[in-house]
Amino acid sequence: MLDLRLYMAQRLSALIMAPLVIGHIAVMIYAIQGGLSVDEILGRTQGSFAWFAFYGLFVLAVSVHAAIGLRVIVHEWLGLKGGALQAFTWAVALGLLVLGGRSVWAVTFA
Amino acid sequence: MSVEDGKLTVEVWRGAGGLGRFETFEVPRQESQTVLDVVSWIQQYADPTLTYRYACRVGMCGSCAMMVNGVPRWTCRTHVGKVATGDSLTVEPLRNLPVIKDLAADMDPFFDKWVQAEAVHHPSETRHDPMRAVDADSSARQQANAGIECINCAVCYAACDTVSGNPDYLGPAALQRAWTLYNDEREADPEAILDAVSGVGGCHNCHSMGSCAQYCPNELNPLAAIAGLKRETAKRVFRRRKNA
Amino acid sequence: MKAPPRAHPLWLAFVLHRVSGLALALFLPVHFWILAKAVTAPGELNSFLQLTEQPLVKLAEFGLVFLLAVHLFGGLRLLALEWLPWSDAQKTLAAGAVGVAVLVSGTFFLNAI
Repeated sequence: MLDLRLYMAQRLSALIMAPLVIGHIAVMIYAIQGGLSVDEILGRTQGSFAWFAFYGLFVLAVSVHAAIGLRVIVHEWLGLKGGALQAFTWAVALGLLVLGGRSVWAVTFA
Repeated sequence: MSVEDGKLTVEVWRGAGGLGRFETFEVPRQESQTVLDVVSWIQQYADPTLTYRYACRVGMCGSCAMMVNGVPRWTCRTHVGKVATGDSLTVEPLRNLPVIKDLAADMDPFFDKWVQAEAVHHPSETRHDPMRAVDADSSARQQANAGIECINCAVCYAACDTVSGNPDYLGPAALQRAWTLYNDEREADPEAILDAVSGVGGCHNCHSMGSCAQYCPNELNPLAAIAGLKRETAKRVFRRRKNA
Repeated sequence: MKAPPRAHPLWLAFVLHRVSGLALALFLPVHFWILAKAVTAPGELNSFLQLTEQPLVKLAEFGLVFLLAVHLFGGLRLLALEWLPWSDAQKTLAAGAVGVAVLVSGTFFLNAI
């Protein structure tokens, strides 16, 4: 169900995300002070290539990581396998990529 | 109440194939009584049709493992006093394996997976070659030594939740055996072992929950062995990239 | 609650890693959906962000940050277990990962209130 290829994709996406998650938590701790607003979020991120790259890479990695993680869970807990499992994995990966990419675009260059 | 005149209430799984139910037996309590003693008493004095498996009675052969109060144990070396909850005991066949009858689990899938994991020695020399001296202090030999006392009892296999959720998963015992052979300097084809443990049911399905190491009666550490296989297979990916 | 018969520290670490990962994966689409409103419906997003002043919502945010932190540090332990030389200190490391996650999410919570 998890061969070497999927395992490496899972672990490498995790390694990429480790510093990104630490950065994301740091931003949250900073941004939560004094409450949140649309202007504050956009003021930080709009037009910034650095934030676009940071969160763009984050979305890409999390799409891979969450798709493989959920694949394991639905196989072990719900017994999904074969083509259905394959379709599920791709649907999660692409769904997260589209939704995540859309929101990164929204707060940077839209 | 002294141990001698006490009674033990034992729930024993009875049935064949997928069907069955618990049956209750009253068994006299004895000093230094093992779970296997209890099961044998039932078979000898209460119900001769009870089916179970054992051979050596001293923790060498690995044939008497069962679920005792929900935990996999070698019953011949498990004292009732250590595991009974009050005066009651539940005994079931090993988890994660088909049941032949009563307490006897079908070990075929377990051993089939040893073969699938390529946990078979590929000789590098013939009987006509002189015996090779093995360096007992080398790091690889130490890693191999850590796993060679496995008695194939399938306690780790029954303890592993990854095996229950993923029937293709080779399981801790077969993978640990593959790791000991991989580290054996007399092994002729270590790459074949890495290939065999990299498939859909291979070492990469392990979630490192460590129930194998937690319940291994010989206190071996299949978790560390499987981690070793993951490390070597991952290293090989980077090595291949560089050589490509 | 009675612990299941085969519960032990590393098994609990596995359950925590799986449950936190599952919860985060289910939260992500919601997170993305709401954030995209910054452009499509900024007013709606602003009134949603005002909700975050509610004490109960702050507590839920703390929960999410804890799940993220515990999945991160628990995951780093697993990567080290798999790719670095074996260490016998796995139970200590697993407990340490939870400890650091509490510390980090606690820092977030103290800054949120």
